[in-house]
Amino acid sequence: MPEARMAWNGAAFDGLAQVRELPVQGMISLRGDLASAPVQNAATEVTGAAMPGPRGVEGAGDSAIAWMSPDELLILLPHGTVQDALARMDAVLAGEHALALDMSDARAVFEVEGPAAREVLAKLCPVDLDPAVFGPGEMRRTRAAQIAVAFWQSGPHAFRLICFRSVAGYLFDLLKGAAHPAARVGVFDPSA
Amino acid sequence: MSTRLDHGGRLIDRDRPVTFRFNGKKMPGFAGDTVASALLANDRVMVGRSFKYHRPRGIVAAGPEEPNALLNMGRGPRFEPNQRATTTELFDGLEAESQNHWPSLEYDVGAINQLASRLLPAGFYYKTFIHPRPAWKHVFEPVIRNSAGLGKAPKDGDADRYEHFYWFTDILIVGGGIAGLQAALTAATSGLRVTLIEQTAHWGGRAPVDGAEIDGEWADEWVQGAVQALETMPNVTLRTRLMGAGVYDHGYVLGYERVSDHSPADDQPRHRLWKIRARQVITATGAIERPLSFPGNDLPGVMLASAVRDYAVNFAVSPGQRTVVVTNNDDAYLTALALVDVGQTVPAIVDARPAGGGELAQEVANHGVEVHLGAAIAGVTGRSRVEGVKITAQTGTGTDPTEIACDCVAMSGGWSPVVHLWSHCGGKLTWNAPLAMFQPDPERPPTGADGQGFVTAAGVAAGVPIERAGEGLSNFQTLRSATEAAQSVCVRLGRSVGDAAMPAVREVETAPLAPVWIMPDGADIRLREKMWLDFQNDVKVSDVQLAAQEGFESVEHTKRYTTLGMATDQGKLSNINGLAVLSKALDAEIPQVGTTTFRPPYTPISMAAIAGEARGKTFQPLRRTPMHDWHAANGAHWEPVGHWRRPYCYLHGSETPEQAVAREVRNTRANLGLLDASTLGKIVVKGPDACRFVDMLYTNKMSTLKPGRCRYGLMCSENGFLSDDGVVARIDAQTFLCHTTSGGADRIHAWMEDWLQCEWWDWQVYTANLTEQYAQIAVVGPNARKVLEKLGGSLDVSREALPFMGWAAGRLAGFDARAYRISFSGELSYEISVPAATGAEFWDLLIEAGEEFGAMPYGTEALHVMRAEKGFIMIGDETDGTVIPQDLGLDWAISKKKDDYLGKRAQERSHMTDPERWKLVGLETMDGSVLPDGAYAVGAGTNANGQRNMVGRVTSTYHSPTLDKGIAMGLVLHGSDRMGEVLEFPGTDGKTTRARIVDPVFYDPAGEKQNA
Repeated sequence: MPEARMAWNGAAFDGLAQVRELPVQGMISLRGDLASAPVQNAATEVTGAAMPGPRGVEGAGDSAIAWMSPDELLILLPHGTVQDALARMDAVLAGEHALALDMSDARAVFEVEGPAAREVLAKLCPVDLDPAVFGPGEMRRTRAAQIAVAFWQSGPHAFRLICFRSVAGYLFDLLKGAAHPAARVGVFDPSA
Repeated sequence: MSTRLDHGGRLIDRDRPVTFRFNGKKMPGFAGDTVASALLANDRVMVGRSFKYHRPRGIVAAGPEEPNALLNMGRGPRFEPNQRATTTELFDGLEAESQNHWPSLEYDVGAINQLASRLLPAGFYYKTFIHPRPAWKHVFEPVIRNSAGLGKAPKDGDADRYEHFYWFTDILIVGGGIAGLQAALTAATSGLRVTLIEQTAHWGGRAPVDGAEIDGEWADEWVQGAVQALETMPNVTLRTRLMGAGVYDHGYVLGYERVSDHSPADDQPRHRLWKIRARQVITATGAIERPLSFPGNDLPGVMLASAVRDYAVNFAVSPGQRTVVVTNNDDAYLTALALVDVGQTVPAIVDARPAGGGELAQEVANHGVEVHLGAAIAGVTGRSRVEGVKITAQTGTGTDPTEIACDCVAMSGGWSPVVHLWSHCGGKLTWNAPLAMFQPDPERPPTGADGQGFVTAAGVAAGVPIERAGEGLSNFQTLRSATEAAQSVCVRLGRSVGDAAMPAVREVETAPLAPVWIMPDGADIRLREKMWLDFQNDVKVSDVQLAAQEGFESVEHTKRYTTLGMATDQGKLSNINGLAVLSKALDAEIPQVGTTTFRPPYTPISMAAIAGEARGKTFQPLRRTPMHDWHAANGAHWEPVGHWRRPYCYLHGSETPEQAVAREVRNTRANLGLLDASTLGKIVVKGPDACRFVDMLYTNKMSTLKPGRCRYGLMCSENGFLSDDGVVARIDAQTFLCHTTSGGADRIHAWMEDWLQCEWWDWQVYTANLTEQYAQIAVVGPNARKVLEKLGGSLDVSREALPFMGWAAGRLAGFDARAYRISFSGELSYEISVPAATGAEFWDLLIEAGEEFGAMPYGTEALHVMRAEKGFIMIGDETDGTVIPQDLGLDWAISKKKDDYLGKRAQERSHMTDPERWKLVGLETMDGSVLPDGAYAVGAGTNANGQRNMVGRVTSTYHSPTLDKGIAMGLVLHGSDRMGEVLEFPGTDGKTTRARIVDPVFYDPAGEKQNA
């Protein structure tokens, strides 16, 4: 089997926050009626995660369900389990109008970690990153400067961002610039 | 003599001396100085020359309203013109130069303009330079451009970094004076998120300078207490050096943070642009003092009274040793007191009011200062700085003045609330006649989506309610207004606030202001020509009066005719005085004349801050395919395609791009070519209504396509014009994979979703854009099958198993792959898609396995040449938004059996079926040369404009390496009926190229190669 290569070679930068590209993440795009039992079951059975509400993400680590739009979920799975999961989902979704596709290769994943991670993101994304507003379980589809991204909180001071694979280098350069060690804004409570 | 005093200076740190250079000369200053205060401390009163007459100009103000002290700051990659000395913090090693003079500030040749000032009245440019027309471009404009203008343009790239910051808050308070602080203290008790921003480096605004007493202590101490209290509150964010630049719809506010202008070596970003969403905005932006219009008021040494005491109290700088104070209100008496306090001489106070001032005036008189009541200044003596003033009666014509020697004049014409931020998004103003000022009308605020106001003015910026106008702009009024503003805003946001503590304030009894717009009242034209309104743009009282006389009655017209308020200070000092003069000239009331429009930003902000991260590597996103690095390492000559970079060709050795393209075409046709086609759009369409949906999207009948098969299709806009094309593969009964052009992927996906979400919302169809999921490689040429068979795997690529226009999935050398047997070149061709993360490895494998078959990668230009040789159209070449498929001879791809498809009805309109529409043909030059791209063919006769009639144009043109001659496609009148005719294409170089109309398929018309 050929190796799944990261889009930006696992690049990393240590500044206001630690920025690094993560290995290829298993991802399935699931479109369907999110209120229907088969769609919900297809998502929850393969991930073991609960069904998220609007702008939410449920699960942990490599297995999670993220709400993408009123009729779309993003299923996160360990890389290598996607084909098997798709087959299981197809069985659950038999007869249901839905669309489930492997999107693992379409995206790159970055982690931004550190007490200043919030402000690194707030330099690029028009999102309210106040800890009281954006905490664990929140998912945002937004933009980072000129490209589409989505992110969620993955740890106490850690966020995961996804973008399209072709612009992984642009996102890395953006994050690197925003995380310049001398560019601290210092407005978020670092203990949050 | 302007000097540094031995004691005092609220904002300077005498223990931290710094050195800076002005026009090359080394000067001392202190940390905490502004460039302006440091210049004044070094007796540099004159700092520039005016725009039009090159008159000597001195520092007038101490804040962002400064019109004159604009300097070239820094050098090399940190050079920036037009920087305000009054708002630039001093640092060690700062370099500044004065502007708009030649050869030097002191001896300026352009100053001759002031001798000719009678010849340079308002509207001078419009009146003088109309004829002769060509002279504008060749004589007038170059000369004017040379003599006008302020700073120099920077020559080097900017060395600094800039960034944006998105911030969300419930309440944004702009202005960190006592009003802003009191508003923050009050609002913070609600628990809402409160953000307080201040444009300078210091909290407190004017109140400490003006000696206000709050809660029994000096305002400075109260301010420190307030800041300390706010700093401990978790729901409050405080920020200095952050200016509210503009207020926009929906509570959007731009903030401009000067992060390291004062510390350029510390590696911080220079500026940070805050993009703030606030549910409610409080503008506590204070007020700006107005100058008085008396003859000679532009001479260096004439300053705002408030600025004089700012310099004395904040920086321990006395701009003069003998300062005459001229005023129409009580406030300027504070300046006299401040100067007396620091031991300077005030030889006279010139008060235009016959009855004089209140309590402060009494205090000044107690110090033995001579006060002239009902008096005016009739002139200022001195050439490049003040040497004396002539005092006369305000009601007179300026005759028989008494002269008093002085080296500084402190003037106060009253105050104008800073209403800019209130006004940016539509807040309206009302005229407060007793205080002679425009102030926010709380009944007509800027409104948000809910129709409710989202901006509230507070403190001096709110003016004074008319019923309380008698109290004047008092400190009590300021704090009460701030408290009430914060309370009402919290209530609007659904929070109750307790009774906020209103601090106790020592009040001073004042006498009313007298509106004085010209001094003296009966001044004749010779005096009015010396009364400056706009110091930077050289607009005088006489200019505005002339404009009114010539019919420019609207304040907006007068502004543009005279350039009043059009300088970089945007009329912060001149607007109100100018429109008061205009209203008098028009014999109208001031509110009837109105103000010009306040537009953001409040003061100029740097272009680089607006750009933020969008420069250098991150200027724009650059999209890379999985094989990008291989291309870069193997001679790729890049071409931008949307945000993608695609190899145009691969250069070997010393090849030119033309040679490389020819080699790539020949090799592909003879052996094996590999193309990175990953950028092609790939959109999945699935659902019970998918057949119906693709039949509407495409002009041909897609629903009859069998699983495992591919079909070329066209998409049109609802106006019938060809919009995109590509191959559709039927995956299964309910699923199609639609390939789009590289540039069209996102647009076509959005187009599909638009129809599904807005028009056909009840159709059961889902789409997904899979473009980035797959790397796609076109394997093209006579050896294409051989290399794929060599790779091995379950994917059978034999002619029998996978015929032309079929597709199959399986494994190729261990890779999950799909093979589409489609051809855009006319050769035997497979497009292989593999998961993107394995794309680079698969490409390497193909290059290696293909070596024995003569494999070479080819770029987009070879792709274009080969498709043109086959007569295939290209979206964007043969189409330009005005072309329908029928123009291109694509009638075969338009279903006659379908009831409808997007564009069908439009294509039946008379203009679309007109036989006179130009049709696609092939063009073959008579001499084998290449036709110029976009060239027009000319026919007999001329049109109504006397131009030769045009009968066609070139849409694609190449040198064909296969045929070794120039080939082209074009749209030609009656084209398909004119085979064999020769057309003439005049080029822009004067040469005419002749070309014969031929079939557009130049290569393998029977399609034997692609079917092989």
